[in-house]
Amino acid sequence: MSQLFMKGNEAIAESAVRAGCEFFAGYPITPQNEIPEYLSWRLDEVGGVFVQGESEVAAVNMIYGASCAGKRVMTSTSGPGLSLKAEGISYLAASRLPAVIVDVARTGAGLGQIKPGQNDYWFVKSPGHGGFKTIVLAPHTVQEAVDLTYMAFDLADRDLAPVIVLADGVIGAMMEAVTLPPFKDTYPDKTSWILNGAENRESRIISSVTNDLNKLESFHVYQKELYESWGRKDVMVESFMASDAEYIIAAYGTSARIAKTAIRILREKGIKIGLIRPITIVPFPYEAFEDLPYNNVKGILVTELCIPSQMIDDIQLGVLKRIPVHTFGRGGGFIFSPEDIIDELNKVFSLED
Amino acid sequence: MKNIYKKSSIISENAFCPGCLHGVASKLIAEVLEELQIHQKAICVLPVGCGTLNMESLKLDRVVAAHGRAPAVATGLKRSLPDNIVFTYQGDGDLASIGLAEIIHAANRGENITVIFVNNSIYGMTGGQLAPTTLVQQQSTTSKFGRNTSTMGYPIKMAEIITQLESPTLVARQSLDSPRNIIAAKKIIRRAFENQMNHKGFSFVELLSNCPTNWKMKPIDSLDWMRSNVIPYFELGILKDVEGGK
Ligand SMILES: Cc1ncc(C[n+]2csc(CCOP(=O)(O)OP(=O)(O)O)c2C)c(N)n1
Repeated sequence: MSQLFMKGNEAIAESAVRAGCEFFAGYPITPQNEIPEYLSWRLDEVGGVFVQGESEVAAVNMIYGASCAGKRVMTSTSGPGLSLKAEGISYLAASRLPAVIVDVARTGAGLGQIKPGQNDYWFVKSPGHGGFKTIVLAPHTVQEAVDLTYMAFDLADRDLAPVIVLADGVIGAMMEAVTLPPFKDTYPDKTSWILNGAENRESRIISSVTNDLNKLESFHVYQKELYESWGRKDVMVESFMASDAEYIIAAYGTSARIAKTAIRILREKGIKIGLIRPITIVPFPYEAFEDLPYNNVKGILVTELCIPSQMIDDIQLGVLKRIPVHTFGRGGGFIFSPEDIIDELNKVFSLED
Repeated sequence: MKNIYKKSSIISENAFCPGCLHGVASKLIAEVLEELQIHQKAICVLPVGCGTLNMESLKLDRVVAAHGRAPAVATGLKRSLPDNIVFTYQGDGDLASIGLAEIIHAANRGENITVIFVNNSIYGMTGGQLAPTTLVQQQSTTSKFGRNTSTMGYPIKMAEIITQLESPTLVARQSLDSPRNIIAAKKIIRRAFENQMNHKGFSFVELLSNCPTNWKMKPIDSLDWMRSNVIPYFELGILKDVEGGK
């Protein structure tokens, strides 16, 4: 298969097309604009539909409607837009509608800054009211962004649920060589539940509201079981030079990529250090941290492009205070270098002494 | 015996309060869809409000949208299924307050959908709070002393606002207070669906309604109140009709 040199956002968009995305609605926001820009002409080319919504609120509800019709649907946004989409994502989850939501994260609450950040970690784990979860896939290269976006559509259709691809401004803007997946030609059959007119069948309803409280509670039980099943079968994690490591860096997305370089430099110097990189934020790879050889590992550094650290909550749940855990991050849209990580490791663990 | 009236087969029980005209609006829609033989192609996008109660009674494919978002959901549906008949059924809080952006932009894009807007001048479902359409001086649970224009503004005339846009092809307002107006309402609802069948674009029908429960009136008195207060403010008629040259 041939390789192409593509920008992260465009690669995500093309991957969605190849996964069979037939409907996209979005609203401009940096740093994800290349996704709607690309799809505005590309979906036309393949017979799909692109709509620029009047807001993120409208956009997510448009994909809600198209998902009711059985289409593979996607929307993309960044932090402030994700806040507005939270309503619709909650309705998608409660109405059991598949959809893919891409968050190309930026930094800070409020308007923050358009510079890259990993500030939406807490938010994407349950992006809306009412107590639900979404599978969250977090790529650290453009190739992985392509592969995870492609996969997200299948997961959404499998569970009839929204799935989030959590990239960040670095992944979105970076250009890398990618191998694109083939065009999908078979999709799950949705004819048993979609809305397309009650012709020669009973009428149907898609709704997040019901007056039957027993039915509602059974749905809540179903959700619990679904989330537990994710933990058993959908966890994805990369262990990089970690098997004999005395020091572990925990990082996802762009910060994991930077950490890999730091680890290579330190390994050259004979320091036993490795990376544990969650690829799925939900379900979180707790076991990768629970199963660490605690007599061998002296410390963990969580590196993230945000302050305060957000992933530390999950790391602590896995580690349960058995090893010291430190955090290192940059906020304000600043990006740390591998050397910054090494300096921090030296500071907290006196590595190179 | 001659059968002069037959209940529409696509509507079951009336789910609304006694004397509420939501039931009439729903019945008219059911009759029109069946008469036009499009009920098997129809998809109804329901609001959050009393209109949600149609989810139990309308025997059509239907979806309950988030509060105010029905026009966006309908956009997604219609763009995906251009050969189906997609319509929204929305109250005034839903359409003229929280969903103002969604209705204006669906109208402005000229989505080929039909919007049925049931304006009862109050938030019915939540127990009678001030709506964007509540009349001047009209009391509600959040305007105990009546709508005060200096702090609450004036009732919004949605049909007039939609008429200002280029794309919509049929905009009308009718009332459900009397047999005569109900017949006129049915006629315009029919035209709004025919418009969609003929791919003519966005149609908007505002139906003036009542809320005996939250207006705290007997149903019969609520009709009188409509005639003396609501209809004079919200003028009836066809505001825009591109087919008809208006
Ligand atoms: C986001 C959100 N805000 C508020 C509500 C509560 N709520 C339910 S129905 C309703 C108002 C309905 O009034 P209207 O649209 O006028 O319809 P009616 O019930 O009068 O027919 C409100 C505010 C909600 N469900 N969702």
